[in-house]
Amino acid sequence: MFPVETHELTKRYGHLIAVDKVSLTVRPGEVYGFLGPNGAGKTTTLRMLLGLVRPSSGTIRLLGKGIGQALGDVGALIEGPAFYPYLSGRENLRVLARYAGCPAGRIDIVLDLVDLTDRAGDRYGTYSLGMKQRLGVAAALLKDPKLLILDEPTNGLDPAGMADMRRLIRRLGAAGKTVLLSSHMLGEVQQICDRVGVVSGGRLIAESTVAELRGGARLRVVADPIEEAAARVRALVGQDRVRIEDGALELDIEAGKAAWINAELVSAGIDVSELGVRERELEDVFLELTTTTGGTDVG
Amino acid sequence: MLGSTRAEITKLVRRPASWLLLAVAVVLSLTFTYLVPYAGANGTADGAPNATRGIAETLPDQLVGNSIGGLPVFAGAILLILGVLAVGGEYGWGTWKTLLAQGPSRLTVYGAKIAAVALASLVIVLALFAAGAVTSAAIAAAEGAPADWPSIVDVLAGIGAGWLMATMWAGLGVVLAVALRGVALPIGLGLVWLMAVQNLLSAIAAPLLDWVATLQEWLPGPNAGSLAASLGTSTDTPGVATMVGDGHAVAVMAAYVIVFVGIGGLLLRRRDII
Repeated sequence: MFPVETHELTKRYGHLIAVDKVSLTVRPGEVYGFLGPNGAGKTTTLRMLLGLVRPSSGTIRLLGKGIGQALGDVGALIEGPAFYPYLSGRENLRVLARYAGCPAGRIDIVLDLVDLTDRAGDRYGTYSLGMKQRLGVAAALLKDPKLLILDEPTNGLDPAGMADMRRLIRRLGAAGKTVLLSSHMLGEVQQICDRVGVVSGGRLIAESTVAELRGGARLRVVADPIEEAAARVRALVGQDRVRIEDGALELDIEAGKAAWINAELVSAGIDVSELGVRERELEDVFLELTTTTGGTDVG
Repeated sequence: MLGSTRAEITKLVRRPASWLLLAVAVVLSLTFTYLVPYAGANGTADGAPNATRGIAETLPDQLVGNSIGGLPVFAGAILLILGVLAVGGEYGWGTWKTLLAQGPSRLTVYGAKIAAVALASLVIVLALFAAGAVTSAAIAAAEGAPADWPSIVDVLAGIGAGWLMATMWAGLGVVLAVALRGVALPIGLGLVWLMAVQNLLSAIAAPLLDWVATLQEWLPGPNAGSLAASLGTSTDTPGVATMVGDGHAVAVMAAYVIVFVGIGGLLLRRRDII
């Protein structure tokens, strides 16, 4: 039983396909990052998971059940926090606790978790963006859910608030909760997520662990003349493993072959001025995936 | 459902706009039903609406008709705004997603909203009766006139009729808010119907066109006005005229409540929350 399992989930608005046959699986206890450029279909997918938007086709299972039966164990913050401005933070949570049918005792616990206890008595309308965001996360935690769905949870937070939020998400993951998190901040995803799914143009184009997605290390070689060096190395390791980027060679080979490459180039009369191992950032992979796959911007 | 209803009642009670609407409904009712006629009888409000009604029309025996007299039009508009705010606010603030993510189904929340709005409608009607009772008793005491109160049966019938009118207008507000997913446009269109179209139909179109006169018998406002007239509201009051029997008026208004609430629920259930 997976906390989230979708099969060919699709949402069409007329001719526009916002989400196109997305089949994603979130495993128990993991922090899953849902990545994609603006308009890629992330929020529409998350809204479908919560039953706010009805799929045009495809199926959704949450915690092994249909959405209606599972929502009691799901907490969510979708597309920014939204509360009643005339109520205080605490009163907002009290109202939501009544809808959720959860004990009022949870209110102080979640306020403390997001560090909002001091301002809980103030009207929501007077909150800063960061405080509103933290109240949104508090509301998502109200039911002590098994599955937490957070759409851009660090939006609007200052650097300290972001660090706190990441720590909180990691803590929730460590405590056995499953977290599905969408984010633009790839460094953040790299830090806190176990696995990621990448959407572009409404399609899930990759789903893997962060480590797998980043792939192995690359060898970076600065040599002169560069074209001659590229031709020589291509002959040695294969065409598709050699690229020229920013005036240097990027080689998809193990770091242990650095000395051999260096010796081959030098013996061919090519000057090698720099040789280094470079790990790929998630951002590089993300940009590579989303730009090569392309895709139209959709809702 | 009980938890959701408590949540909806809390939201209405804690919302300043709800109390403002209650205050406006009571002040308007007292001003035009009691204070202007009282001042007119004392010669200090010549030319004002209702200034010539006379003190007899403001005494306790007229309580039922006076308390529900505003509901066919002006107090009805207040109830329409209440219905729009109770549902449309969720679109305006984007809070549908927040409360639905807590787990209740759309229809559970909608049912809770309808229950809370119906309860608030009853509270407004009761407030109109209470404020009218206090004011008419004060006028009777000041004028040395007899304080002959209507029978409890008449009062209960009046409260029931007022509640039905109030719930019908609030229901119109609810369905407009769901259909138009907001607050401003539903209030605007609702008020145009209540304050302008309804009056134009009855004052100008109905006397000229037979089919409009017949149509009037099936529209919400004229049925509310007819029931109010039957329960003692002066036919000088805007929107109040005897047109259909009580049974007809009650049946038509009850049907409107069912239709408004039903269409609102259907739309909310079917459409995406975006």
